Amino acid sequence: MPQIFHKILFALSLLAAVTAQAQLSVEITGAGANRIPVAIANFAGDAAAAQVVTATVRADLERSGLFKLIDPAGATLDENAQVSFADWKGRGADALAAGSVTRGPDGRMQARFRLYDTQKQAALGGAVYVTGNDQLRAAGHRIADYIYEKLTGEKGVFSTRIAYVVKSGGQFRLQIADADGQGAVTALSSTEPIISPVWSPDGSKLAYVSFEKKKPVIYVHALASGQRQVVANFKGSNSAPAWSPDGRKLAVVLSKDGNSQIYSVNADGTGLQRLTQSAGIDTEPRYSPDGGSIYFTSDRGGSPQIYRMGANGGDAQRITFEGSYNVSPRPSPDGKSLAFISRRDGRFQLAVMDLASKQVQILTDSNKDESPSFAPNSRMILIATETGGRGVLSAVSSDGRIKQRLSIAAGDVREPAWGPFIQ
Amino acid sequence: MNKLLVPALLAALIVGCSSTPVDETSGAPVESRSGSGVTPVTAGGLDSRGLPRELTDPKSQLSQRSIYFDLDKYEVKAEYQDLVAAHAKYLIANRGFKVLIQGNTDERGSREYNLSLGQKRSDAVKRSLVLLGAKEDQVESVSLGEEKPKNPGHDEAAWAENRRADILYRAPDGRGEF
Repeated sequence: MPQIFHKILFALSLLAAVTAQAQLSVEITGAGANRIPVAIANFAGDAAAAQVVTATVRADLERSGLFKLIDPAGATLDENAQVSFADWKGRGADALAAGSVTRGPDGRMQARFRLYDTQKQAALGGAVYVTGNDQLRAAGHRIADYIYEKLTGEKGVFSTRIAYVVKSGGQFRLQIADADGQGAVTALSSTEPIISPVWSPDGSKLAYVSFEKKKPVIYVHALASGQRQVVANFKGSNSAPAWSPDGRKLAVVLSKDGNSQIYSVNADGTGLQRLTQSAGIDTEPRYSPDGGSIYFTSDRGGSPQIYRMGANGGDAQRITFEGSYNVSPRPSPDGKSLAFISRRDGRFQLAVMDLASKQVQILTDSNKDESPSFAPNSRMILIATETGGRGVLSAVSSDGRIKQRLSIAAGDVREPAWGPFIQ
Repeated sequence: MNKLLVPALLAALIVGCSSTPVDETSGAPVESRSGSGVTPVTAGGLDSRGLPRELTDPKSQLSQRSIYFDLDKYEVKAEYQDLVAAHAKYLIANRGFKVLIQGNTDERGSREYNLSLGQKRSDAVKRSLVLLGAKEDQVESVSLGEEKPKNPGHDEAAWAENRRADILYRAPDGRGEF
């Protein structure tokens, strides 16, 4: 009997090791210049549940690089507690959150909180989130989003999800995780490569390129049901899917008529329409957030550069001019800037162009940046890069000041895609 | 001693237990042992994947299936013209056979741009084959981009090996390499 018990323990510890390896770990390597000092009191109520929620809120705000967390010195405060504003101001906090996590009559958990401005000595607002026992971290992300929006004026992205591909031991896994890298689940495993995942605007589906048929084929994959549909499997290569902002169409790259050219297709694979007619390579299409134009990479001028054309094709204007290799254009969701990868002195680095002034700024100091993806609030850009010969993800603020690294112990992480705001 | 004895005993057991007759029609050899002094041959001149041996026998020119490219280039170099011509000749003589050309690139740069670059390379090989007489519908060109490196290294030697197009064959009965 004790032997069996040991075996179970061993199996459990193996399982724990596997889970730990699959988890993205986040490392912060930079912070904003003017961080807002905020205190998150220990929430009252169910002690274990409250601990999960407050720890999540604190970690989210800290990781954003925009907040300086003030030590609450062990203070436990619920949302109705009397707040001594002078004390909190004295500790250096401009804002304070207090709350509680309790079990409701229906058995579900209720996370309540209130946010205070210690200068104005007034409540800025509050909310209650009802959630299952295993969703406490989700409640924490919601609270962090609320605090972030109240204090910065921008929407938070702590409740959003990211997709990425992990390669380990000859296996490719398309994974979905919370924006902090926690709670990773595998949407698709394959022995063949998976690249270019992109989220549908409503966050329910991913389009991607899978090589499982020994050549690149585009699929749309409904995450909740796991149902997959082939959207483009023409003769030749099918790649680089991009959703139109209304979610009804995909821009895709097909080589069925010769060179890689850009087409649009309905999300169910019908209604194929050719958009570019060039003698060279046209690839990596991305719709502008208003849906009116498409940014793409083309070598029509002799080297790969970024161009823009109307969403139905037509004349294209060249957008990038510096250097001989500018690829992977990604317009920001607010429409103000364009992230891309630029080769400078043999190094591939993340660049951002202000679309109004056309000013370009290199944001990283790395050698192998790839596949940029904007957070839905346009503040951070997720990229794939390399550290110590291993693929990792890095999140960089669009001003280049804040940097976070997300890595997995056993495996290469690549092809990140930041999901939309949750609805 | 023990370590050596156990597998030997197991092997003896397996041999001893095996009473199922070997099916001669499906008897394609799955591996070749070195040093056994026996070269496995299958009746009909087909290899283990159902392809004529002249396509896979290392002594045959048609067993050479890779065409290498220069950095950022997609022209088939002069040194590969003979090889491409030999494959075109085979496709002319064997209209039921099809080939899949897989283009590859080194790991540097955008994955999607590399996918298109690999496509240009496989297209170039396809164009040569068709010009030399292969039928359009006998040849499909696709790209694997930088996703399936033959050499996993990160130096110029590895990159040169990965800038490549491979020719895969399929027999009329559907058996073959893709």
